[in-house]
Amino acid sequence: MNQRIPVTELAPDFRGRAEEALADGQLRNNFRVAMDSLMTKRANAFPDADEREGLRELGNRLKAGALSRLPDLLEQLEQKLTENGVKVHWAETVEEANDLVHGIIEARKGRQVVKGKSMVSEEMEMNDYLAERGIECLESDMGEYIVQLDNEKPSHIIMPAIHKNARQVSKLFHEKLGEPETEDVNQLIQIGRRTLRRKFMDADVGVSGVNFAIAETGTLLLVENEGNGRMSTTAPPVHIAVTGIEKVVPNLRDVVPLVSLLTRSALGQPITTYVNLISGPRKPDELDGPEEVHLVLLDNGRTGAFADAQMRQTLNCIRCGACMNHCPVYTRVGGHTYGEVYPGPIGKIITPHMAGLDKVPDHPSASSLCGACGEVCPVKIPIPELLQRLRQENVKDPEQPQQVKGGGAKYSRTERWIWRGWQMLNTRPGLYRSFLWAATRFRALAPKKAGPWTENHSAPVPARRSLHDLAARHLDNNGGRPS
Amino acid sequence: MSDLFYDAAPNATRVAPEREPERQYPEKPEAITLFGTCVVDLFFPEAGLDAIRLLEREGVRVHFPQEQSCCGQPAWTSGYREEAKAVARAQLDILDRSGLPVVVPSGSCAGMFRHHYRALFDDEPDTLKRVEALAERTFELTEFLLKVCRVQLADRGTPSKIALHTSCSARREMNTHLHARELLQQLESVERVDHDHESECCGFGGTFSVRMPEVSGAMVKDKTRSLMDSGAVEMVTADGGCLMNINGSLEKQKESFRGRHLASFLWERINGASEGEVA
Repeated sequence: MNQRIPVTELAPDFRGRAEEALADGQLRNNFRVAMDSLMTKRANAFPDADEREGLRELGNRLKAGALSRLPDLLEQLEQKLTENGVKVHWAETVEEANDLVHGIIEARKGRQVVKGKSMVSEEMEMNDYLAERGIECLESDMGEYIVQLDNEKPSHIIMPAIHKNARQVSKLFHEKLGEPETEDVNQLIQIGRRTLRRKFMDADVGVSGVNFAIAETGTLLLVENEGNGRMSTTAPPVHIAVTGIEKVVPNLRDVVPLVSLLTRSALGQPITTYVNLISGPRKPDELDGPEEVHLVLLDNGRTGAFADAQMRQTLNCIRCGACMNHCPVYTRVGGHTYGEVYPGPIGKIITPHMAGLDKVPDHPSASSLCGACGEVCPVKIPIPELLQRLRQENVKDPEQPQQVKGGGAKYSRTERWIWRGWQMLNTRPGLYRSFLWAATRFRALAPKKAGPWTENHSAPVPARRSLHDLAARHLDNNGGRPS
Repeated sequence: MSDLFYDAAPNATRVAPEREPERQYPEKPEAITLFGTCVVDLFFPEAGLDAIRLLEREGVRVHFPQEQSCCGQPAWTSGYREEAKAVARAQLDILDRSGLPVVVPSGSCAGMFRHHYRALFDDEPDTLKRVEALAERTFELTEFLLKVCRVQLADRGTPSKIALHTSCSARREMNTHLHARELLQQLESVERVDHDHESECCGFGGTFSVRMPEVSGAMVKDKTRSLMDSGAVEMVTADGGCLMNINGSLEKQKESFRGRHLASFLWERINGASEGEVA
């Protein structure tokens, strides 16, 4: 039973995929409508700008503080979880993580896994890994379920099926499940729910992600709105949580403002319908809960980001998705265009550490640096600044030692010479003024085609006289030419 | 697990800078330096000239050092740090010669002086002091007119409806996007109409527009559509980059709707019609 997911028969590079997405009117409309609604919801969730900014500053300091003690906190977390009866596993790579998860399932002779929503498990491509080993892994989050059913990948980190509208989901359910077509969202949810309910009861193992791992108490916190997280983590006899090492926070007090930032930034909710605090397996006197609880802590390039003070800020991320909701590029091209697990602005700054910059060489350039992402980030990650940094890493000489995995992917001798020429022009006033003189006097000779610029614009024609000329003449007339 | 952190630098965690307090503005200076910006220099010189006229009308003497060129932004946003730094250093030297306040008729170039030069020279403590001083005395044109000159504009034009496009740098980096609105409010016969997704980027982004022409093109098309649908007869903006992007796209689409620089718009409104100094 091979259900290999990278289905997507999309173009091989970002620009190609973007072009395809831009030509899909339905897709663009789905994203525009959804992102507009999410932006409004977030704005309404923070009616007081001062309170919002204060909370963002607090969120930033809490995450920065936790990261500054990351190794210590992780050790404390491991110790406390172990005391609580949770088995802690460490994985440096996704292969190791998958192997660990597979080992736990095999030890119980598990064949059916039900999964709550987890982006780290997407990073691991866990479904494929397990499927290839004869283990069925069913997504229980409604959005994840929809994309799994359609052999797709999530297009958004918190709303995996946001690229589809109700009609498309209805059609999918009709084709795959034989259900009558309906565009009533509630009915669609009921269809998914009926299918999933049975699976929760039958599953041997439940897998979930983690929003915050609390070191002081050894608690795993999981927010969700559908109850599938609670079902996945309590109904099956074994619960495996997978998460990235950056999710650890010192204590429950710190979690309060962070959860508030997360739920308000993500969906504009004051709090999610479910907040699960998982503190260990079923105790002897308890009636329910899993018999075993495991936590797999994954690195997958995060320590690479951690090692650089500037890029370490990437690890502040609490995965709310606000950056993509507000991104004019994401809104137009959708999540699949990014071709990686994490799309949008956060994807552009985190994927290089995971996959290598050479795997995603166009990502840092796919931004107008408009700053909308940085403006809404609940933990104040300076996303535009990090994109600019990655652009520098991207054009470094590949022969030199690299600071980011796969750096130097966009190195071009020709482009470097162009910029050297530009530098010469702009640092030699005589040369620059000669250029202005020639460009304005021979404006009629301006090329009618100017590379990609003239795909969207008329050819730029210089003015008759430059400001240098006009200002000199004007200021001469006005009594002297000061400088 | 500690081997996971083998390469990690301890205590290197960065905290976001404190929120900037509201900018305190000085008294109106006798003289300023106008930094024209390369886009205005070559494509919208009349906007630069109108900026000079507006400033002179306020009794401010305008210096225009002929040695100035570009602020360095194109290379900086393309990842060519050293090339950007060399160009930035040249501008810094020129602007430091008089030490006068610097007025820039473009939000993103002003943002370079105010914010990004710090990042460019963060490894040169002595230069950084000069950079801080430049940041302190740099003003975006609308900001300078409104907050430093406390300009009063008497509208002599006929009734008109316009849309205002504020650049992302003005909005998110310089915090000056409301200044243009306030200036327009002073014009009695001018009605500013909102347009759809007003706060969204026009898609220019410097070299983004040529590196990602598909996405950039989709963005500017949406922007021009919403500007035209707003009911405005023209668009004004205080950023040369956005203006070049939006007007270039409109011309390509063979639309008659156009944008122009706020400086030219203001100068025309307070004079009834534009003066013809432009050759």
